Amino acid sequence: MTDSLCGNLTWDSIMLVKAWKDPNVNNLITAGAAAMIPVGALMVPLLLLWTGWWRPLFRDWLASVDHKKIGVLYIALAVVMLFRGVVEGTLMRLHHATALHGGVLSPDHFNQLFTTHGTTMIFFVAMPLITGLMNVVIPLQLGARDVAYPRLNQIGFWLTASGGFLITISLLIGQFATGGWSAYPAYTGSIFSPGVGVDYWLLSVGLSGIGSTLSGVNFAVTLYKLRAPGMTFMRMPLFLWTSLCVSILLVLIMPPLTVACITLGLDRYLGFHFYTNDLGGNLMNFINLFWMFGHPEVYILALPAYGVMSEVASTFSAKRLYGYPSIVVATMCIAVLSFLVWLHHFFTMGQSALVNAVFGIATLIIAIPTGMKVYDWLATLWRGRIRFTTPMIYLCGFLVLFVIGGLTGIILANPTIDFQVHNSLFLVAHFHNVIIPGVVFGMLAGLHYWFPKVFGFRLLESWGRTTAWLWIVGFSVTFFPLYVAGLMGMRRRAVDYADPAIQPYMIVAAIGSLILCLAFLALLGTILRSILLRKQLAVPLGDPWDARTLEWATPCPPPEYNFAVLPEVTARDAFWEAKENGTAYAPVEKYEDIHLPPPTYYGLWIGAFASVLGFAVVWHIGWLSLLGLLGSIAVPIAYALLPYREIILPAAEVQKQDEAWRCAARETDGVTRDEEAHATNRGLAKPDELEIEFAAAER
Amino acid sequence: MFVSVFHLLATAGNYLEPVGPIAGTERAHLIKVIWVSMIAIGPALLATPLILWRYRRSNARAAYTPKWEGNRLLEIIMWGVPIAVVTWLSLHIWKSTHQLDPYRPLAEEAITVQVVGLDWKWLFLYPDQGVALVDELIVPEGQAVHLILTTDTVMQSLQIPALAGQMYAMPGMTTHQWFFAGLPGETRGFNAQFTGLGFSKQEFVVKTVTQAGFEEAMASMQSAPPLDEATYSKLAERGTPTETKLALGISTDATLRFRLAEPQLFARVLGRYHTGQPLASEAQPGSADYRAEAAALPAAMNTMPMHHHHD
Repeated sequence: MTDSLCGNLTWDSIMLVKAWKDPNVNNLITAGAAAMIPVGALMVPLLLLWTGWWRPLFRDWLASVDHKKIGVLYIALAVVMLFRGVVEGTLMRLHHATALHGGVLSPDHFNQLFTTHGTTMIFFVAMPLITGLMNVVIPLQLGARDVAYPRLNQIGFWLTASGGFLITISLLIGQFATGGWSAYPAYTGSIFSPGVGVDYWLLSVGLSGIGSTLSGVNFAVTLYKLRAPGMTFMRMPLFLWTSLCVSILLVLIMPPLTVACITLGLDRYLGFHFYTNDLGGNLMNFINLFWMFGHPEVYILALPAYGVMSEVASTFSAKRLYGYPSIVVATMCIAVLSFLVWLHHFFTMGQSALVNAVFGIATLIIAIPTGMKVYDWLATLWRGRIRFTTPMIYLCGFLVLFVIGGLTGIILANPTIDFQVHNSLFLVAHFHNVIIPGVVFGMLAGLHYWFPKVFGFRLLESWGRTTAWLWIVGFSVTFFPLYVAGLMGMRRRAVDYADPAIQPYMIVAAIGSLILCLAFLALLGTILRSILLRKQLAVPLGDPWDARTLEWATPCPPPEYNFAVLPEVTARDAFWEAKENGTAYAPVEKYEDIHLPPPTYYGLWIGAFASVLGFAVVWHIGWLSLLGLLGSIAVPIAYALLPYREIILPAAEVQKQDEAWRCAARETDGVTRDEEAHATNRGLAKPDELEIEFAAAER
Repeated sequence: MFVSVFHLLATAGNYLEPVGPIAGTERAHLIKVIWVSMIAIGPALLATPLILWRYRRSNARAAYTPKWEGNRLLEIIMWGVPIAVVTWLSLHIWKSTHQLDPYRPLAEEAITVQVVGLDWKWLFLYPDQGVALVDELIVPEGQAVHLILTTDTVMQSLQIPALAGQMYAMPGMTTHQWFFAGLPGETRGFNAQFTGLGFSKQEFVVKTVTQAGFEEAMASMQSAPPLDEATYSKLAERGTPTETKLALGISTDATLRFRLAEPQLFARVLGRYHTGQPLASEAQPGSADYRAEAAALPAAMNTMPMHHHHD
């Protein structure tokens, strides 16, 4: 019976109590992880109070509507969740190394692990990473002062964070779903999965999905309406093109996911029959809806990575991007085609050969623009002056490994082969092969590339390169054996296996997963070590990489308003052209007042009420659900009634700040690329291209 | 090269070591697709390290063309090669997908087996021979076999990798899988779609026997215990093969073979989801609350409900 005060929540729902009563290996592992939540919830506020950091945290970050700060919050959320995702992945690999006829973990524990791992990595690592990076970069590259709707941006972040809160708290209170990240019914219906697990999945994915829809709207409007004067579509840097495609995809595909979550929720909570076995429900409808979201989702994740790689290839080979119009066309092709292939996730559902063939061919067609892009990046590197910086190492790993992922994608696009490798570890290896080298490497390259722009200092190159190599090696050692195990008939999501020939591959993969753990630690190490050395890594003049696009035409870090004067764009590589003409740091004639949106706790309140609503609905606590719902409605009404006072920054103040930076840049002697990773790099570049032309003229 | 690598990897009972012509052709497709894709992929894999080395910044002798951003001929090659490869592969997909359509009848005379996926075992019903087996599929060598699949729980996916690829099985619906049995011998099949706690244990054995051996096995089962509604309802309780045998009070090494006492069983299992009445969790096989007593099957339906359209 549901208690009117606590709903279905009892003391035994709390993992620590459960482990106390029944201390077996599985409960202890979970309880150990769960214990980090209350410890963290206690330690972090104490630390903040003790150091006094709580004040700047709230004032400068949580209340900020600055797109750069919201972007950083997204990325911070992603890194925290990545910790959980990596640990879970490693646990599964270690378990499988021992799982011939059994293994360390219980089936229930293993089933929760792959479900939380997948859900966390897609919705709370990959999505916040790309949204975060897009937040940081879009307005800067576009020559804009912020996104179109700064407050909406903040709300989007807090909705994503409330989804992250729910999936995190599920570790401590209750349990998570066991039906995989794709949550197919009828397994996830109330008959086969009673309990709170699937409800946690529905609410966390649903809330973050709404957040992503809002981000999509915001970015699309930003890209359509806020381009700097002269920034025509065909002058936009590639990252903006990929961001535009992602925004369109987000707006169009998050709704099917939301609908899938709501309908499955209606089945579970109110006894509807969308996907039940009886009374005309049909699970196939859920599967179609889910993959109408799920397949374009893959490109939502991959396209920004392609954008980053385009920027990296061009910057670190000191050369224009090869085949810009082709890459733009290829990007749009991928975005459109991504809507037409969802059925390849279930070639085995009994549809006709005709339907399978059509969707198989549509899938193959995506390989054309994707292959084209790889060739374009190679042509960009060709006859360049390649510097093996950290982002370039990620690009090297990406080029080789992603192409292999593409090959296995082509294999899977063949229905007759898919019949054999679908639902096997081959499939698992394939999508990790496109998501780790494809998406994660792209995001890490972007993180390294744009870090100085946001924080004002570079990340340490030595640590950065080691980290990049660890990711590359760790990925290869972990996932190539999984391809083989899959071909040998090992099923995905199977807790154990009976064929001894599979075990050696599982042991190698387990070693690989430990290397990936090291890579994650090295990533944290890179950031921490660089923070300690931030003085000598500082690049205040703004252009540490001799880069080409507008975001580098600002100091590092840029002021809250990004550009003192909105730039006039006359070429594709706008900043590069300015450097070539010697006008990059020229004095500005006239400054104007700048209007800035005021800081607000709007998003934080929405996120708090959404979290309360989500948690209360999961546990069937009526009064608390009502409170969460009313709160979520009351906050927008309250803020609509409150006066909206923009902050006005007087022209004189803007002029003072901007001239200080421009004068410093003009008076400083830049560094050549030989000193790129040295303390002498203060963010003013002597462009490689011009140096060489100069040397040639001298001769 | 790939052929030999695959040979090294092969172990009994998988796709890389097929024992029947369907899986054999599917394996041949894998190898063909890899080779053809190499036309587009090979150059990229080779060029990447070469370009990175040749055009490293420290190599002052290498050419440097910072403003170069396009070349028509190169553009044609870059679009052309992938388009050519994909066109070939598309034609291949068109042909092979139709050729190996699991729904395509392979012969006039075939062994028909109705398959019911349960948590976590498979029930094979032979309507023509009047027998039923759990986790054991017996087929005569070289013969065409027609599996008609459904489940009496959540969605499952039946796969016998050395003979044929997988096909989903869904409650209240039927799907089809045709294949040819190979030479006498044994191979394994399993459920490939995750279904919860006992999922990894849901494997079965496929025994290919001689024609005479097949007839003998079928005949010997005529004196086996009957599979009627009550026994079926007991079998449908969730449990791994071992747990089910323990629940039925028989040795875990024993095989579960029956005489099919209820010839309409398959149709009645399908009918469970088409009564127009809600199904309580006690009456739903596979749920934790399921009770055999509460799960009466409806009367047989005249026509197979929700048949897929093109068989």
